[in-house]
Amino acid sequence: MHKSKASRWLAGPYLLWMAAFIVVPLFIVIWYAMTNADGRFTLENLTQIGRYSSVFARSLILAAVSTVVCLVLAFPVGYFLSRLRANKQHIMLMLVMLPMWMNFLLRTYAWMTLLEKNGLINKFLGLFGLGPFQMINTSGAVVLGMVYNYLPFMILPIYTAMTKIDDSIIEAAQDLGCNVWQILWRVLVPLSGPGIATGITQVFVPSVSTFIISRMLGGGSNLLIGDLIELQFLGNSYNLNLGSAMSLVLMVIVLLCMSFTSSFDESEMEGVV
Amino acid sequence: MNKKQSVILQRTYIVLVFCFMYLPIAVMIAFSFNESKSRANFTGFTLGWYKSLFHNEMILSALGLSLVLALVSSVLATVLGTLATIGIHSMSRRAQLVVNNISYVPVVNPEIITGVSLMLLFVMAQNFGLGGGNGLFGWPTLLIAHITFNVPYVIFNVGPKLRQLDPSLYNAALDLGCTPRQAFFKVIMPQLSPAILSAFLICLTYSIDDFMISYFNSGTMQTLPIAIYSMTRKKVSPEINALSAVMFCVILAIILISNAADSRAYRKNQKEIRKAMQEEGAR
Repeated sequence: MHKSKASRWLAGPYLLWMAAFIVVPLFIVIWYAMTNADGRFTLENLTQIGRYSSVFARSLILAAVSTVVCLVLAFPVGYFLSRLRANKQHIMLMLVMLPMWMNFLLRTYAWMTLLEKNGLINKFLGLFGLGPFQMINTSGAVVLGMVYNYLPFMILPIYTAMTKIDDSIIEAAQDLGCNVWQILWRVLVPLSGPGIATGITQVFVPSVSTFIISRMLGGGSNLLIGDLIELQFLGNSYNLNLGSAMSLVLMVIVLLCMSFTSSFDESEMEGVV
Repeated sequence: MNKKQSVILQRTYIVLVFCFMYLPIAVMIAFSFNESKSRANFTGFTLGWYKSLFHNEMILSALGLSLVLALVSSVLATVLGTLATIGIHSMSRRAQLVVNNISYVPVVNPEIITGVSLMLLFVMAQNFGLGGGNGLFGWPTLLIAHITFNVPYVIFNVGPKLRQLDPSLYNAALDLGCTPRQAFFKVIMPQLSPAILSAFLICLTYSIDDFMISYFNSGTMQTLPIAIYSMTRKKVSPEINALSAVMFCVILAIILISNAADSRAYRKNQKEIRKAMQEEGAR
């Protein structure tokens, strides 16, 4: 039916839109990255990035740490939720998703007030004669912000993968003499592989490209790639060409990350909400 | 470890994780009623921050802009995306693959890249003289940006539904004398409408929630997330707490209502099935 030639034209408007606002902008990024302010070809922008290698390294490390923390925290949650009765699962899932619906600026702001020098956590610790600790404006605070914001993106795909693991498989492993760790490493982790891969992408990509979390929780001393890019486009060091070169490098990083995770993941984009 | 212990351990773990997720929000809501500006000492109860929130011109106009923008961009994205889905469906396999992969780009790309790439496009257009003396940035750029990141969600929501449809239903409609247009609107559309509606709702939430892409393409206009961002720059402003509390309650209400509607529809459906089975049995 739908294979009629006429209905093919219905996609026309979108194809034009896609070309104009998805494809062309990406080529403009490449073009700006390869030219200077006068529009002449140069590789200077890309070579200049070497000066910011510490920022790139910091972004990668903090994003990787956050991803690992999210994975460790989320894996048991995904498993436990998948073993609950159906109606309970539904409620718990809602509870996981509810904070995601709050704007992430508000969620990050909440931590800003908690971590302050005179904030609630330091005050609480003060009751026991501890502190005050310097918590805000540290890289730890940035990791905390990333974990807090993106944890649901790890829980949901792992949970989805876990629901497909039948109880009888776990029981069979037990009957055959597996202990808890063996069940974990030989049954649960391999079978939830696609969910883990999706979760890693969904946490790593926004973490490595954020600029809000680092700005709000990291102070001035924890610049990330996102901050650098933002500074080139809207900030004081206005330089669209350098900013485009940085964006290009960020895109390459993200592509590498995704090709890495997709090698574990046959069914792409599973559990995307 | 026996079974009971492990159940207790599981429960404790889940509770701890949920505490981690909800305590910051709870603290914010609690301090929205705090009389003083302090964020650590609760000095007394007040509703003053809510009052000043609802008189905050900046927030209210930003909210207005966000709602209108979300509505307009979601309607346009849904129409554009639904037409696209039907068109894509009748393309060759290879063409489908290409179009779908390009549509994935805004979904998987970091938001900041989508934001700056569109910004560069608009800057270039401006350099060619588009937008006149006032420049291009503002409503048109925001609308284009929001439609651009929303359409793929429509395509990936409606597309799978369209592929699941039974083509013989459409052919049956043609056999029974429908024109292709009638067959489309009377047979295909009703089956697609739930998916189209849910795509529309997804677009609405993404559009209202978006900060990153709007931030680079808004010019001097402020959507709600951008207004929130400028409030957080001022550090101490308990109105943000009040705003969080209001948003949390709105979200909670929407979820509870949609859940109640879902489970009512489910129960009604079950009841009808049971009734039909009984009638079958009586016969």
